[in-house]
Amino acid sequence: MRVDLSQPILDRNERFAAANRALFDEHQVFVLDVLASPGAGKTSTILATIAALRDRYRIAVIEGDIASDIDAQRIKAQGVPAVQINTGGACHLESDMIRRAVDTLEIADIDLLIVENVGNLVCPTDFDLGEHAKVMILSVPEGHDKPYKYPNIFARAEAIVLNKYDTLPVFDFDEAEFREVVHRLNPRVPVFPLSATKGQGVDAWAEWLIGRIESQWAVRRPQGD
Amino acid sequence: MHEMGIVSGILTASVDSARRMDAVRINEIRVRIGELTEIVDEALHFAFEALSPGTLAEGAVLIVERVSGRSECVECGASFNHGRFDVACPACESYFCTLVEGRELEIESIDVDLPESKEGGDET
Repeated sequence: MRVDLSQPILDRNERFAAANRALFDEHQVFVLDVLASPGAGKTSTILATIAALRDRYRIAVIEGDIASDIDAQRIKAQGVPAVQINTGGACHLESDMIRRAVDTLEIADIDLLIVENVGNLVCPTDFDLGEHAKVMILSVPEGHDKPYKYPNIFARAEAIVLNKYDTLPVFDFDEAEFREVVHRLNPRVPVFPLSATKGQGVDAWAEWLIGRIESQWAVRRPQGD
Repeated sequence: MHEMGIVSGILTASVDSARRMDAVRINEIRVRIGELTEIVDEALHFAFEALSPGTLAEGAVLIVERVSGRSECVECGASFNHGRFDVACPACESYFCTLVEGRELEIESIDVDLPESKEGGDET
């Protein structure tokens, strides 16, 4: 006997993601999911973002890694609350892990929650965490041809950070070709060349993020007369 | 390689549904997978073979239907199929398009055997 189910395979993940989003919306916590390969500079970019925005927003960070709490320690050293999730081998974060991590933070004291996903260009794209925006970081040494090989992550990102931009002169990175293929995959996505550790270009990225956060809450705020 | 997680999602949902019907066996599971997801068919079947033994779905056939990417143009209303690249509207070249299909990760149906006592009542 055939039985029609028509239900999402990731039903459980999607239910937790919806619950997370409702919780974040209730407390007006903007959640940014940061995706990149290992070594692209996710943590450095998050640290640069914290430095640029900490006067404006109360920030907390969830760090996803297969093992160790090295990244969370780097964030905490800046006086910013951080929780480390160790996936123990899993290649991506799931929404229930986010919920457990959030439960250890003071949600009422957070305006911006940055989630550093596990370094991976493939799997995290299929999992909704309840975030408001997914952004991806590519670093110049990884090469301009990455969007051909891992198109989905470039297609789904709301913004792309091109990190280690200061190393452009020493790598064979064709920025025009990179922008062209990204444009084919995701025509409206902004690209922010920056150097997270040196600080160049961080302002434009931070400005975009402020605009994105403001617009998230602007549409939700009740209209005055 | 997150197909293990995907397959355990497929198995959990299928086995739960089958149990609710008191089914004794799952013969077939049909899933719909969008072309714009990061799922590889071979890895899906491999994970299914590894994870299904010992469940109601042991020995079941996993049928994967692929759904191609399809968008609708916000500006001219055209509906068009596309792959991962070149997602702009082929009619008016607008980039303002809404994805309609292609990211499915869905269990469509299962085929189950019911215990003999229940079979008669459910057959038409």
